[in-house]
Amino acid sequence: MSEAVAPDAMVSPAVGVPYGEKAGGPVLDFSYVGIDAILEQMRRKAMKQGFELNIMVVGQSGLGKSTLMNTLFKSKVSRKSVLATAQEKIPKTIEIKSISHDIEEKGVRMKLTVIDTPGFGDQINNENCWQPIMKFINDQYEAYLQEEININRKKRIPDSRVHCCIYFIPPTGHCLRPLDVEFMRRLSKVVNIVPVIAKADTLTLEERDFFKKKIREELRANGIDVYPQKEFDEDAEDRMINEKIREMIPFAVVGSDQEYQVNGRRLLGRKTKWGTIEVENIAHCEFAYLRDLLIRTHMQNIKDITSSIHYEMYRVRRLNENNTVVAHTPPAPLQLTSTGCNSFAMTLPPLQPSTPSISQVG
Amino acid sequence: MNFVIIVISKLSDLQHYISCQGARAVPLAGHVGFDSMPDQLVNKSVNHGFCFNILCVGETGLGKSTLMDTLFNTKFEGEPTQHNQPGVTLKSNTYELQESNVRLKLTVVNTVGFGDQINKEDSYKSIVEFIDAQFEAYLQEELKIKRTLHSYHDTRIHACLYFIAPTGHSLKSLDLVTMKKLDSKVNIIPIVAKSDAISKSELAKFKIKITSELVSNGVQIYQFPTDDESVAEINSTMNSHLPFAVVGSTEEVKIGNKMVKARQYPWGTVQVENENHCDFVKLREMLIRVNMEDLREQTHTRHYELYRRCKLEEMGFKDTDPDSKPFSLQETYEAKRNEFMGELQKKEEEMRQMFVQRVKEKEAELKEAEKELHEKFDRLKKLHQDEKKKLEDKKKSLDDELNMFKQKKTAAELLQNQAQQAGGSTTLKRDKERKK
Repeated sequence: MSEAVAPDAMVSPAVGVPYGEKAGGPVLDFSYVGIDAILEQMRRKAMKQGFELNIMVVGQSGLGKSTLMNTLFKSKVSRKSVLATAQEKIPKTIEIKSISHDIEEKGVRMKLTVIDTPGFGDQINNENCWQPIMKFINDQYEAYLQEEININRKKRIPDSRVHCCIYFIPPTGHCLRPLDVEFMRRLSKVVNIVPVIAKADTLTLEERDFFKKKIREELRANGIDVYPQKEFDEDAEDRMINEKIREMIPFAVVGSDQEYQVNGRRLLGRKTKWGTIEVENIAHCEFAYLRDLLIRTHMQNIKDITSSIHYEMYRVRRLNENNTVVAHTPPAPLQLTSTGCNSFAMTLPPLQPSTPSISQVG
Repeated sequence: MNFVIIVISKLSDLQHYISCQGARAVPLAGHVGFDSMPDQLVNKSVNHGFCFNILCVGETGLGKSTLMDTLFNTKFEGEPTQHNQPGVTLKSNTYELQESNVRLKLTVVNTVGFGDQINKEDSYKSIVEFIDAQFEAYLQEELKIKRTLHSYHDTRIHACLYFIAPTGHSLKSLDLVTMKKLDSKVNIIPIVAKSDAISKSELAKFKIKITSELVSNGVQIYQFPTDDESVAEINSTMNSHLPFAVVGSTEEVKIGNKMVKARQYPWGTVQVENENHCDFVKLREMLIRVNMEDLREQTHTRHYELYRRCKLEEMGFKDTDPDSKPFSLQETYEAKRNEFMGELQKKEEEMRQMFVQRVKEKEAELKEAEKELHEKFDRLKKLHQDEKKKLEDKKKSLDDELNMFKQKKTAAELLQNQAQQAGGSTTLKRDKERKK
């Protein structure tokens, strides 16, 4: 309990500003009321409830998706670590595998769900390979919508909607492939897409910059809006921060879950004959930026955009498609026309017999 | 260690998976960084602002406005209400308060005229209607197709402070009835108003009486939550102090060398923020500093959900079981909508028919009128012609007379001339004689 801080001089009670009027200056509080304690209350509630995050990784096999997930969350969260498969077979069709983990850090509990898509882009004919993925994403929205519409609904609707989709671009160094463009074009409309250049240690810095520029141009040319989307910037500060990020996407990442000794410290990295690539060194690769974006700064924003924009769009679409468009053609309006000075003719189709007109009185 | 991997190929699988929640706990090998999540959440809320709505129910003159002023340390507008209101109305005012970086949109709703009428049977109705109207507005917004829940100004009542008059005996029947009607719709916090009118021993007895009456009548007042360890202790002690006995004051009095809010009497000064004098500090602590968020949450998850459930069931919606067709709400919506459109069309038809009928009648009337006018016109014309004829006859006869007269005149003149020539002298003579 805090004590009232009252200055010694005689103070006049402050005036509350009525909502809608902008009286000059902020409200003066000479004694502590305690409204800002609500921040602490919210924090407590959030810690008690825990958080949920659903990330989907999409990309051809062999691009290091599972490794990157493990690196991001510093634990064995990927499908490969959980599933001990004897042989790694490329599936004939795209499967969607979803694995959940409960992780905790400094008292903050999070339910992380990693959704893997083995088989994407691996067939000879990759037509419509985005369809199962889109269907999955829409199914999550559908499940949430159904629960929301229920009369007896749960206190906290379990959120399985895909918050973020990390798309892995193979490091060809040239430009985006048609598959990449198609996929990102379609999915950027329903989910937040974060494109990354996988296995970026195969590109030199110049090649990397060139590749990135090329990719950004192509994204712009095709009208693909990846996260952070320009149209959802809330204010100037947001825009500034997001512009910096937009200049850096796609992030060129390297993933590793093995530690090596570098300069006396144990760091995550990849050891090759010509050197050790440190994953968390921003001079080597941009993994740290990706991690900061996804986890440390923009996680709440990602979830908000998913729930308030993508989900709402889905909801509007879904609720509209069942409504028949009422072809409401109103009846022809009544016409009262006066012909001449002393007569009127009323027309009301189709029931009106013709009326005689009063002849001129001479 | 158990873990769950599910190949999702059907929606029903997914639902089953979600309900299983078979997630495994995984230890972290280093600092990932999602411990900043609560901060991110709090920052977002700070940018967005908070809103809190308090309803003050109590008879006129119990110090509701003063208590609000004291609680939030500002002078809200408004003048004291008169005692001659014909019914209970609710007046709501919204204010923007700011403390450090927290912006709060506070709405204070006052019951004007509560307890002033001679017949108080319907006093609670306007309050219940008001609370329901706020729920309804939120429900409408939630059911809209294109909705903006994110920026919606939530007007649902989060806390209801019920002011009990400091009689020292027991609750009035009006209080019991009103609280009973409100307890399933809003979080009720009963407080004893103007408690400087009661002595300490009477107050203790009064509080016990009130609590026992509430319990025996089954009134559910808001209990401060005791499930979170950090606040469980303080909340449970506060629960035992309900109802809070408060004193409100915005005037400052110098005590020692500090200016404190107090009420000054000839026999002493009641300090508002002194815990030995009244429970104001406890109320402020519970209402604002510790449980504001919980009050909002209870309103949303308990009272609003209850209202929503009742309203939707009333409208005829029902949850179907998982096997039957999904989206029952949509179907019922559809059916209702078709019904409604059918009714509308029928009504439209009816109106059209009526309109046509009216038009016909009017037309017939007009025709009648026209006919009459025609007849009148004919009659007038005939009259006119008759008149004309008469006049012409008369003229003719007059002309004839005139002619005859002329003839006579000429004949007379002729005679006169002849007579003159014959006896012209005689006339002269006669004239001369006349002259003499």
